[in-house]
Amino acid sequence: MIAEFGHFALVLAFVVSLVQMVVPMVGAHRRDAQLIGVANPAALLQFLLVAFAFSALLYLFVVSDFSVKLVFDNSHSEKPMIFKVSGVWGNHEGSMVLWVLILALFGALVALFGKNLPDTLRARVLAVQASIAVAFLLFILLTSNPFLRLDPAPFEGSGLNPILQDRALAFHPPWLYAGYVGFSMTFSFAIAALIEGKVDAAWARWVRPWTLAAWLSLTIGIAMGSWWAYYTLGWGGFWFWDPVENASLMPWIAGTALLHSAIVAEKRGALKSWTILLAILAFSLSLLGTFLVRSGVLTSVHAFAVDPDRGVFILGILVVFVGGSLALYAWRAPLLKTGGIFAPISREGALLMNNLLLSAAVASVFIGTLYPLLLDGLTGAKITVGPPFFNYTFVPIFVPLLCLVPLGPLLGWKRADVKAAAERLIAAAALAFIACLVTFAFAYDGPWLAPFGMALAVWLVVGAASEIAWRIRLFTTPLRESLYRARRLPRAAWGTSLAHGGLGIAVAGIVGVTAWQSELITTLAPGESAEIAGYTLTLERVGMRDGPNYEATVGVVRVEEAGRMIGTLTPEKRRFPAERQEKTEPAIRTNGFADLYVVLGEPSDDGKWVVRAYYNILAPWIWIGGGIMSLGGIMSLADRRLRVGAPTRARLRAAPAE
Amino acid sequence: MTRKQRRATFIFVSLGILGIAAGLVLYALSDSVTFFYSPSDVAERGVEPGERIRLGGLVEMGSLQKLGDANVRFNVTDFVETISVTHRGVLPDLFREGQGVVAEGAIQQDGTFTADKVLAKHDENYMPPEVADALKRTGNWQGEGAEASHAETYGQGSYP
Repeated sequence: MIAEFGHFALVLAFVVSLVQMVVPMVGAHRRDAQLIGVANPAALLQFLLVAFAFSALLYLFVVSDFSVKLVFDNSHSEKPMIFKVSGVWGNHEGSMVLWVLILALFGALVALFGKNLPDTLRARVLAVQASIAVAFLLFILLTSNPFLRLDPAPFEGSGLNPILQDRALAFHPPWLYAGYVGFSMTFSFAIAALIEGKVDAAWARWVRPWTLAAWLSLTIGIAMGSWWAYYTLGWGGFWFWDPVENASLMPWIAGTALLHSAIVAEKRGALKSWTILLAILAFSLSLLGTFLVRSGVLTSVHAFAVDPDRGVFILGILVVFVGGSLALYAWRAPLLKTGGIFAPISREGALLMNNLLLSAAVASVFIGTLYPLLLDGLTGAKITVGPPFFNYTFVPIFVPLLCLVPLGPLLGWKRADVKAAAERLIAAAALAFIACLVTFAFAYDGPWLAPFGMALAVWLVVGAASEIAWRIRLFTTPLRESLYRARRLPRAAWGTSLAHGGLGIAVAGIVGVTAWQSELITTLAPGESAEIAGYTLTLERVGMRDGPNYEATVGVVRVEEAGRMIGTLTPEKRRFPAERQEKTEPAIRTNGFADLYVVLGEPSDDGKWVVRAYYNILAPWIWIGGGIMSLGGIMSLADRRLRVGAPTRARLRAAPAE
Repeated sequence: MTRKQRRATFIFVSLGILGIAAGLVLYALSDSVTFFYSPSDVAERGVEPGERIRLGGLVEMGSLQKLGDANVRFNVTDFVETISVTHRGVLPDLFREGQGVVAEGAIQQDGTFTADKVLAKHDENYMPPEVADALKRTGNWQGEGAEASHAETYGQGSYP
């Protein structure tokens, strides 16, 4: 019965969201307090119903009820509990329920904490949010019902794809969806503002934390996904410019742009209509990502199983929401008053530059991802746009942006003295120059761009530190005074610096792996050795090991450096009998600066084993940098000026240290 | 700086960035995309040796050979034409005889194909869309029936 209750809850949630879409919108138009009052309880009820449906699905997975088709298809009684749970969203239907759950949760949060929003604005935001829920609940009910029964019920499930049975991957989709769906909130605010015909500071103050939260979730989700791809796929790479990766990267870049333009909209009242356009674009790109992943139109290593009906349905949703919102924008945006004049060289100017470059970057990824589709549709020619395309387009657009990053926060609002700002960056420039020379001296035979990449990384990290140093007047006042200032500095300022510094560390990691990765492919019989990057790898033996729901062939590889043993690595090949698949499990040894990465391949007929090894310089820094960026996001989100509940109070406080 | 000049500056900068970005994209599209061929396409249209392409089709049953020193050879077929592919490295987990595969590399002077990348999907029921289309064109598409053959080939393939 649980499955039927779950299904029924989804149907009820659909009906409730229909009401929530229509009634408050009419109420806001007529200024009818009673109709407006429907919005809050409807949003809460919708959340409770979807939460019930999700819990029902979770329960069915936990108790392994194989009479439900989805559980049968994606679970197995011998699977460890954590993967029974993650199996809920490790498939198309369940992940859509999670998607809608997060959507409803965000709506409920606005209902609960939005008391200080103007009534009509809140009603309209919740109505727009409900319209998204209507579309996706209908999608679930019509094309992807997770509660379908099987009759007769099988005794055992067919298991979860082994590649998905991984701890980092288990919790990567929820972050990603929180990010995608988070942009639905800024989208709802943008549409509501267009309908209202005004964008004020209170609006911008509400949009910023939502953008920040969505950006933060997406950053964590992308970093986890790329880390997973790195340690599990056995290719030694961290980013493949795969369409599905691009699908998550596009909303991230648009969200980064939105994050920065929302600052201008809040602090200076300028760039309002641009901010609204970006909010629409960020969510449109999230929808596009959902479409690309689920429709199977693109070749990808990550895509869900293909079903043309679903693709057409999501394409319909995409067309209605993107087309509708852009039409509304074209009609209503001219009504928005522009304000806040500024000179080209100013904080606003720098943020605008950031937005222009980020938009160009999004456009290049967009074209690279969708051009093959277009060409296929027009001419039938099948092409792949791979890393070289993005190296020629994305990288040259992104590098100037990275060069400008440390400068932006040092410029004043309205009109800035670029010379004074540059003086504060002398240390960063000097250290970047030294980094360039040092890298060149050590790696003169590597790619000639690498030293510049390292200089850029140092420029970003030291530049971010210089900003804090300047704000707390380090070395220009007594240390006590500086410490006092550091304590008083708003958390958002720390957040900015952390995010920019983390970006620099990630850049160093990306440059390191791209420029100096060493690769070794060889065959070794037990007892034989091979060399990579100064390490001697000896295949000691190959044995078998039993896992909870797999059996593994384990290679024991001794690692020696200059004749001294420093450890053993145990790469595995796991064989999952339930799923009848196998999975390569690389072994990685890291010292924080470089990874030694070993993959055990196939045995050959002469008793040797294929062994593939990589030495990835600075690889861990990619994810350390991503982690620091996320930490910066958390710091900013914790800033009391941005706290969701406190926008009015913030207004009264004098903004310190701006 | 007057308001007019300011606006002109912004428009100039925006158009400049847009222009540079468009130029980069056009250059990259003309230079760095990889075309997809089925074995029949290669036979019909011909491909210059050394030109980087993606070759897709099914791995012919019983064609996988291990040549030692991590080299493998297998045949990619669309049931009309067949091309012999060599690759040095570790084959992906879902590489199976009788299953769809995409190999990236170049045709050699002797008509064989050297792949530096071999892609198979992380989903047993999956057929790369290009491969499916190529099979449909040659009339060898078995629809979802392709799944069934998976069960049979399992265990005969590249298992240790």
